[in-house]
Amino acid sequence: MTEFLFFVFSAAALLSAVFVVTSRNPVASVMFLIVTLFSLAGLFVLLEAHFLAVVQVIVYAGAIMVLFLFVVMLLNLGHAKFADVRGPLARMLGGAFGLGLAAFTAWTLLGGSDQLTNARLAGPDPIKAALDARGAIGAVAVPLFRTYLVPFEVTSLLLLVAIVGAVVLARKEAP
Amino acid sequence: MSPMLIRVALLVSAALFAIGVTGVLVRRNAIIIFLCVELMLNAVNLSLVAFSRLLGIEGQVLVFFVMAVAAAEAAVGLAIIIAIFRHYEDVDVERFDLLKW
Repeated sequence: MTEFLFFVFSAAALLSAVFVVTSRNPVASVMFLIVTLFSLAGLFVLLEAHFLAVVQVIVYAGAIMVLFLFVVMLLNLGHAKFADVRGPLARMLGGAFGLGLAAFTAWTLLGGSDQLTNARLAGPDPIKAALDARGAIGAVAVPLFRTYLVPFEVTSLLLLVAIVGAVVLARKEAP
Repeated sequence: MSPMLIRVALLVSAALFAIGVTGVLVRRNAIIIFLCVELMLNAVNLSLVAFSRLLGIEGQVLVFFVMAVAAAEAAVGLAIIIAIFRHYEDVDVERFDLLKW
């Protein structure tokens, strides 16, 4: 059952990601990206990252994508007269580069995971103990607020800068 | 969770990242390019979660930070796109040539 769901979510994520790039209407692109994000949330659940799956749905699919949709509709981009895809040469170069990058990234990631898998099969499951002891949220919260407390606080500063920057950039010029 | 599924997750992550890069290279609409950048960030998140199954919970903490940076980046980037649209009445990146020459 886990395997079946895993393949269904993977296929949905990849298919709708392709549609994000190929669809002509920006609103449709945003909708397909939401499907991709939901499928990734499903994959996160199957990979034992339950808290991240919830954050993915609430923050990404909920907040960030609504922001994108809001801007697309604010700028009234729904009905382009002709597609904004580049010419055939750029399309071929982009596709070839994408395929090469996919092959190289897959090769590197799988090589790294093979070494790690062999090392892991010797020892105990690295995150099962934390999940059992502290629950899905506590397992993420304890390292976040102990080891990574300073980066966490810096992140709050980053968000403040982003808020101020967005307001300054998007407001109308002073009269 | 078998090692096979972790390999599948890493393959999906690589493919998603490549689709995002292709979208950035092929499209001219600034908002679609932005969506493809989000796609790349999510591909990285997926591989971080998959590796956290092998290395420990720290990978999931890192995904948390990536999401925060993505939210900040989306807010500022969309504000820039709105400001550019107000100036050019368009979001085609071919027309943004103010800094080009």
